[in-house]
Amino acid sequence: MNQDFLRQMPGAESHLKQSQGLAFRLHLDPILLGLLLVLCTIGLGILYSASGQSMVHVEKQLVRFGLAFFVMFVFAQLDPIVYKRWSPWLFGLGVLALVGVLVFGTGAKGAQRWLQLPGGLPRVQPSEFMKLVVPMMVAWFLSSRYLPPSLKAVLGALLLIFLPVLLIVKQPDLGTSILIAASGVFVLMFAGISWRLVAGFGALIAGFAPVMWMFFMREYQKQRVLTFLDPESDPLGSGWNIIQSKTAIGSGGLWGKGWLEGTQSQLDFLPESHTDFIIAVCAEEFGFMGVLGLLLLYLLIVFRGLYIAVKAQDSYGRILAGSLTLTFFVYIFVNIGMVSGILPVVGVPLPLVSYGGTSAVTLMAAFGVLMSIHTHRKMLSR
Amino acid sequence: MRSDRRLKDSNREKRIYAFRTILAALFVLGLTSALIIRLYDLQLVNHEHFQTLSDKNRMQLQPISPNRGLIYDRNGVLLADNKPIFSVVIIPEYSKNVDESIASIQEIIDITPEHIKRFKKRMRRSRRPYQSVILKSKLNEQEIARIEVRRHELKGIEIQAELARYYSMGSATAHSIGYVGRINEKELAAVDAKNYSATNYIGKLGVERFYESELHGVVGYQTVETNASNRVLRVLDRIAPTPGRNLTLHIDSGLQKKAVELLGAKRGAVVAIEPSTGGILTLVSTPSFDPNLFVTGIDYKSYSALRDSLDLPLFNRSLKGQYPPGSTIKPVLGLGGLDSGVTNRAFSIWDEGKYQLKNDERIYRDWKRQGHGRMNLFSSIAQSCDIYFYDLAFKMGVDNMSKYLGDFGFGQNTALDISEARDGLLPTREWKRALKGRAWYPGDSLNMGIGQGFMLSTPLQLATASAVMANRGRWVQPALLKLASVGDRPIRQRKIEMNDIQMINPEDWDYIIDAMSEVMHGKRGTARSSGRRASYRMAGKTGTAQVVGIKQGEKYDAEALSERNRDHALFIGFAPVINPKIAVAVIVENGGGGSTSAAPIARALFDEWILKLAASDKTESKE
Repeated sequence: MNQDFLRQMPGAESHLKQSQGLAFRLHLDPILLGLLLVLCTIGLGILYSASGQSMVHVEKQLVRFGLAFFVMFVFAQLDPIVYKRWSPWLFGLGVLALVGVLVFGTGAKGAQRWLQLPGGLPRVQPSEFMKLVVPMMVAWFLSSRYLPPSLKAVLGALLLIFLPVLLIVKQPDLGTSILIAASGVFVLMFAGISWRLVAGFGALIAGFAPVMWMFFMREYQKQRVLTFLDPESDPLGSGWNIIQSKTAIGSGGLWGKGWLEGTQSQLDFLPESHTDFIIAVCAEEFGFMGVLGLLLLYLLIVFRGLYIAVKAQDSYGRILAGSLTLTFFVYIFVNIGMVSGILPVVGVPLPLVSYGGTSAVTLMAAFGVLMSIHTHRKMLSR
Repeated sequence: MRSDRRLKDSNREKRIYAFRTILAALFVLGLTSALIIRLYDLQLVNHEHFQTLSDKNRMQLQPISPNRGLIYDRNGVLLADNKPIFSVVIIPEYSKNVDESIASIQEIIDITPEHIKRFKKRMRRSRRPYQSVILKSKLNEQEIARIEVRRHELKGIEIQAELARYYSMGSATAHSIGYVGRINEKELAAVDAKNYSATNYIGKLGVERFYESELHGVVGYQTVETNASNRVLRVLDRIAPTPGRNLTLHIDSGLQKKAVELLGAKRGAVVAIEPSTGGILTLVSTPSFDPNLFVTGIDYKSYSALRDSLDLPLFNRSLKGQYPPGSTIKPVLGLGGLDSGVTNRAFSIWDEGKYQLKNDERIYRDWKRQGHGRMNLFSSIAQSCDIYFYDLAFKMGVDNMSKYLGDFGFGQNTALDISEARDGLLPTREWKRALKGRAWYPGDSLNMGIGQGFMLSTPLQLATASAVMANRGRWVQPALLKLASVGDRPIRQRKIEMNDIQMINPEDWDYIIDAMSEVMHGKRGTARSSGRRASYRMAGKTGTAQVVGIKQGEKYDAEALSERNRDHALFIGFAPVINPKIAVAVIVENGGGGSTSAAPIARALFDEWILKLAASDKTESKE
């Protein structure tokens, strides 16, 4: 592939070919893999501080990362064709599982997110699974049609998106439903949906918002939005989180208070400091420069993802890779946005930094799909 | 699907896709910029604001209560000490369910419904977050141990130690030292709130109240780092509190104890004053109560028992009891009669047991039915002849009598450091006209001449008058405080300008004091039985005050009434006659005659004090 490069550096030809060859044979993208490893390492460092210097948390997270990378590796081995073929079946299974969650689900804090599999099998969280499957399904649906999609195709795609999203809103899990809706919409965007339709749907959503507020949002979700609009209205109640996280971020200054030195996080003023609000710990201890560095790392991953998407050879791989990459970015934006107080508090973790196994596995699976799309190109071109 | 693919325009798709990818990249960059701008705003533009918020979060200025000054008697005996007490407290923020927490403590130690009721009352009061609320105070060691053992399972429950007042003499000093109690909102409003920010107790009565500002001290501060649950992690900075000043009182705990013993179960009061200084050696009122009960809060049942007792144990008779002085004011009136020239040493009357005013049918009787016979001023004091004093009172008139009695401190509170003491009542023409709407009749003067009628006095006033008499007119304000430990502030006291009493003929002092000495040692002295076999000479005057009617608030009870209608027994006196060391006033309510129930108590106190002084003089001269 890198014929120009090789021609200029003939001496390195065999070496490069070999290393690239090894990564390719393992269906891995070394750049993406390298960036992700750096991110996970930094994430563990921040987690150690954010969890109150708990090695137990770090070790558990390390195990989850191990599993996540394994899942990524496995997903990278599968040919995109497989994903494409299986998309509708997986989607059907996912929707069934979501219905199952609403009927038999278990969970905590008033939300049903888990489904207990029978026969001693572990609990699963179908909404996580749908983060991958919804964009796959929509990509499958659109890529087999004439692109840019017709109104009929767009409506069909929207149906495919909002069926699972509504089921997840019902759980209720606002964060996940936003991410899934975004992933589906991104597929439409990459598929080339016409701007007139975008404007039309935009207007429709604006009209639909009050209906959402009145009929679909739970009391605590409304409270979150109200708190977002005026956190000081309830400084010791639901406003507490956001006031404390802003204080943590702001007090970090340019260079931060130093690793393990953040008073907001170490003295427990910052709630959820090792999960959703972990970026506040990073901002407090490493300052503006620290967050900037982390954002740069995230941007590199996002742009590598977009690069992979552009280089993909069929429309299914292309729009799926683009959507997965942008969804990854949405995680980052929504998380940092909510912690810094420009977005309402919705439960979205900071990818690969926040403590928690499920999202790490899902994210790495998505990167596995990206790598699969990237490294199976030659076979497709044959 | 294959049929669809044939229709697709792959190049157009790619073109659109590339364009959309560029848009996506711009979308990503745009939103990232928004985040960066937000972070820039929080971390650089508003950094100081959030730094302050963050410091405010973790650093707290905590007040530290100063240790209350200790109170000693004149010999250094500790009367009011600070002792650690342990309370089981609940921090509602840590406790998932306060009722469950109470129930779990109830399983371990004894918690009464009264405890719970008072806990709920405290819960309703305004408090800082994470401030503990006391469930039960004064835990014993066993209770502490029981709670400590199971502490890990008791969420939000802690054992808190604090210093609380302890009165070593208990009820014996309740009416003189007073006591402290938990500070209430009204009291907090009256003091410097900053200085009391860590203080739990305030003087409610007596010395504790009067010298509150000396005893309290100055609050200290510490800056502490706390976590979100308000747990102190470390102390960053500390300004130590200044403890309150230690006070040494004139009170002699031995004499005080003796007075309590002598009064026993009787209702009464004893006040003893050192004439040279005005120092109050003894201030006793019986029955009394245990002040230690009031420190951490008395339970309702015990309180109502004290409050509703017919014997009024909460009532401080020595300062607030206002009694007709009876014959105890005869020496003062005699002195006034001589000084004003109304009578002289040679003048005498014939006492047939009754006295009558011209144009008045009413007969004024002597306490001795058959009369004393020929009486002059000297014998009238010694034998407490009423007829002589009716005559004297008639001749002196109310204005003159009030003047001399006022000079001796009657009608006002002359104490240097007792603000609760009552003024008594020194009647004047103006007073009667204003209050009763009637003129002063000569008969009123006659009653006043034997200490009956309108005049009222407190035991403290009687003891003070006795001390001034012992000093031959030199005034000393009675005081509890002997000295305070070093402090920069001047001590606030009730300085009252009392003029020394000057006699035109100073020998009149000796004449009257001799007559008072005759009361104790004379053949016919009314208190001769109490003056017998003494190694020193003493002066005194007995008195009997009639009890008029039933006091308000008392229920009619035939049996109790007959006892409670008996006369009050009074005695004033001092000893020794030369260079007096102690002046006393004794009152025994419903004790009958002053000579039988009050004078013996005074004599025992004289003995106790003078013999003790003699003993200490001996040891001093040996050294």
